Amino acid sequence: MQHPITLRSMHANQSGTIDSVSATGELGRRIRDMGLVPGTQVTIMGRAPLKDPVALRLRDFTLTLRNNEADLIMVNVNESGENRQ
Amino acid sequence: MNATMALMGNPNSGKTTLFNNLTGARQHVGNYPGITVEKREGRLRLEELDITVVDLPGTYSLTAYTQDELVARNFLIEKNPDAVVTVLDATNLERSLYLVLQILELGTPVIVALNMMDEVRRKGVTIDTKRLSTLLGVPILEMVARTGEGRETLFREARKAMLERPAHTELRISYGHDLDQTLDAMQALIESSNFLGGRYPSRWLGLKYLESDAEVLALGQSTPDVHARLLEMTSVLARHCRETLNTEPECLIADYRYGFIAGLLKDGVMTRPATQARFDITDKLDAVLTNRLAGPLFMFAIIYLMFEMTFTLGEVPMGWVESFFGWLNETATAILPEGLLSSLIVSGIIDGVGGVLGFTPLIMIMFFFLSFLEDSGYMARMAYMLDRVFRIFGLHGCSVMPFIISGGIPGGCAVPGVMAARTLRSPKEKIATVLTAPFLSCGAKVPVFLLLAAAFFPGSGASALFWITLGGWVMALLAARLLRSTVIKGEATPFVMELPPYRMPTLKGMCLHTWERVWQYIKKAGTVILAISILLWAAMTFPGPSEEQTARFADERLAAQAMSWDSDQALEEALAEIDNAEAQEALRTSLAGMVGTALEPMSKPAGFDWRTNIALLGGFAAKEVIVSSLGTAYSLGEVDPEESTGLSEKLRTDPAWNMWVAVSLIAFVLLYAPCFVTVAVIGREIGWKWAAFSVAFNTVLAYGVSVSIYQVGMAL
Repeated sequence: MQHPITLRSMHANQSGTIDSVSATGELGRRIRDMGLVPGTQVTIMGRAPLKDPVALRLRDFTLTLRNNEADLIMVNVNESGENRQ
Repeated sequence: MNATMALMGNPNSGKTTLFNNLTGARQHVGNYPGITVEKREGRLRLEELDITVVDLPGTYSLTAYTQDELVARNFLIEKNPDAVVTVLDATNLERSLYLVLQILELGTPVIVALNMMDEVRRKGVTIDTKRLSTLLGVPILEMVARTGEGRETLFREARKAMLERPAHTELRISYGHDLDQTLDAMQALIESSNFLGGRYPSRWLGLKYLESDAEVLALGQSTPDVHARLLEMTSVLARHCRETLNTEPECLIADYRYGFIAGLLKDGVMTRPATQARFDITDKLDAVLTNRLAGPLFMFAIIYLMFEMTFTLGEVPMGWVESFFGWLNETATAILPEGLLSSLIVSGIIDGVGGVLGFTPLIMIMFFFLSFLEDSGYMARMAYMLDRVFRIFGLHGCSVMPFIISGGIPGGCAVPGVMAARTLRSPKEKIATVLTAPFLSCGAKVPVFLLLAAAFFPGSGASALFWITLGGWVMALLAARLLRSTVIKGEATPFVMELPPYRMPTLKGMCLHTWERVWQYIKKAGTVILAISILLWAAMTFPGPSEEQTARFADERLAAQAMSWDSDQALEEALAEIDNAEAQEALRTSLAGMVGTALEPMSKPAGFDWRTNIALLGGFAAKEVIVSSLGTAYSLGEVDPEESTGLSEKLRTDPAWNMWVAVSLIAFVLLYAPCFVTVAVIGREIGWKWAAFSVAFNTVLAYGVSVSIYQVGMAL
């Protein structure tokens, strides 16, 4: 099994499963409330024109995060790379 | 019989559409005491029941981090509504249920309305509503709020709930062995000590301690011994979680809640089609609208179009409002005997309130477009695309709209601009946006700039305006950066934002939303703004010239009439000259004139004499007044801001004026205190303390910039 990588370093259309979320305080709470908890499938939808924020699909909706927020989320990338949930 | 029904749900769940559908125009929008969260209430009659429907703010959770969530939570606990309807976007069931679980843990009986079932069916997804209802132990109904489908079932369920008042039973979710054990112990302690008077469910209080909920912790301090023991239990558990699982209790709670939801939806409660359409309409639109190249182009085109349409379409009804007040002005002048009363009613009340109400059409059209952009889901995309730029200055992607509307394109207006900042959900970024948006060159400042440009930079009005506009942007962004690193310091609010699916907004929703804003604005015009207009009128009227001076002007008039003139026209001109001189004298001897004169030593370093000072004081009423007051102060009589060539000629030849005075004045007008209508709106949006701050801060900043320009310019 490969090592988890940060959500920031994933590229568009890549999918994976969240391994851990290290955000704390208000940010951590918001991230968890939106359903970004370990075990969740995410797919990167794309990035804003200036490469930040990043848009991702999870649990039937699209969420955007700033790159520095995405740094706190570790993901195990799916082997096949492009799979959707 | 009276009853209360509360609507809860995630943002974009169609909660407000349902609310509009239920209550129609019988609604009222206010604020919860002391905070800026909107309180939206409406009425609904259901047979013998007279129901007050409360549309609680849209939230994703029920923690204590945002005011919206606190308001919703406290409403459930303290008001104990007769029925609570949670509106869910059924296309997004997992995340919506997260909020439902939290309400159920609080013990509040709810009716779950699965909204947007039409989209669910279209996608080929099936939801076994009956089984989900049995599993959760609450009534669940399917609906489509836009079309009214499911309305009758909702009425039936709501009526049943209100008449039968089902008992409060708290949902018990298992949070795993360690947490459950601690929660049980906490529950026993809370119940045996009657902690907080039994007002809150005991297990829920325990959960809130584990989540370190700021509000509950503050409440708990009233019973220090129990509070201390609960904190001790929390820290023991937290240490244990860190050592064994390398995580926090808070994180485990969220994990288990989502786990519980996954458990609810398995075994055929929700089934997806085997082959799901790879792209739906939202993905197709986003491929273009947020594309790296096409996205920004579309965005600028949409902003520009909206701006042009607001101000082009607004011009016509604005003309009507203006001519109505013009007519009112003439009628009042004709009916009332000349004197102070007539002056008060005409110049103070009619002109003051009329000037303010003249903005109504603009606000109406602007909010109509704005609700379209917001309700359709495009506003979130704008924030997404621009966030990177605005973040540099401590702002948020959503700050772009208030800036553009305030005059990011010359001709805007800070009044609707400040109101547009409502779309910002992050408090610090919102304050910074509201405080800096008035730096942009609004339509009322433009005539001042054109006047000064015509006088000192003949033939380059357009390029002057371009540089001034750019200057406005630079100052607004830099000031935002300054404020965000001083008085509104603090980490950026997390961006974590949903990009909702594109949906066609309902016309009814947009109209109601627009009307709400316009009505709030009109109410303001009738109260605070009326009072300030009268004050400003008094300051520019009293104490007025002495009797001798008035007598002297009367003598001059008689003398002029006694002289022989070549034509009637020449006599008219001579008399007009005397009138203008008298108006100048009256202004100079008024309170505003005296203040203007007294301020001269202070304003000299910026190059302004008493005349400019008076004009600037008048500009606090409305920036257009600067041109007309300068006209009076230079005894040219009333100067039409649109037609000021005579005044610009006068300024060019006046020895007290030169290019640097003009540049200094342009900078001052661009930056100094917003007009009082804007100040009133700022007060409403973010509080009167900030409104006062904006007057002081902007004026000090403007003074600093103007003095620097003038001093450096004159030294060159």
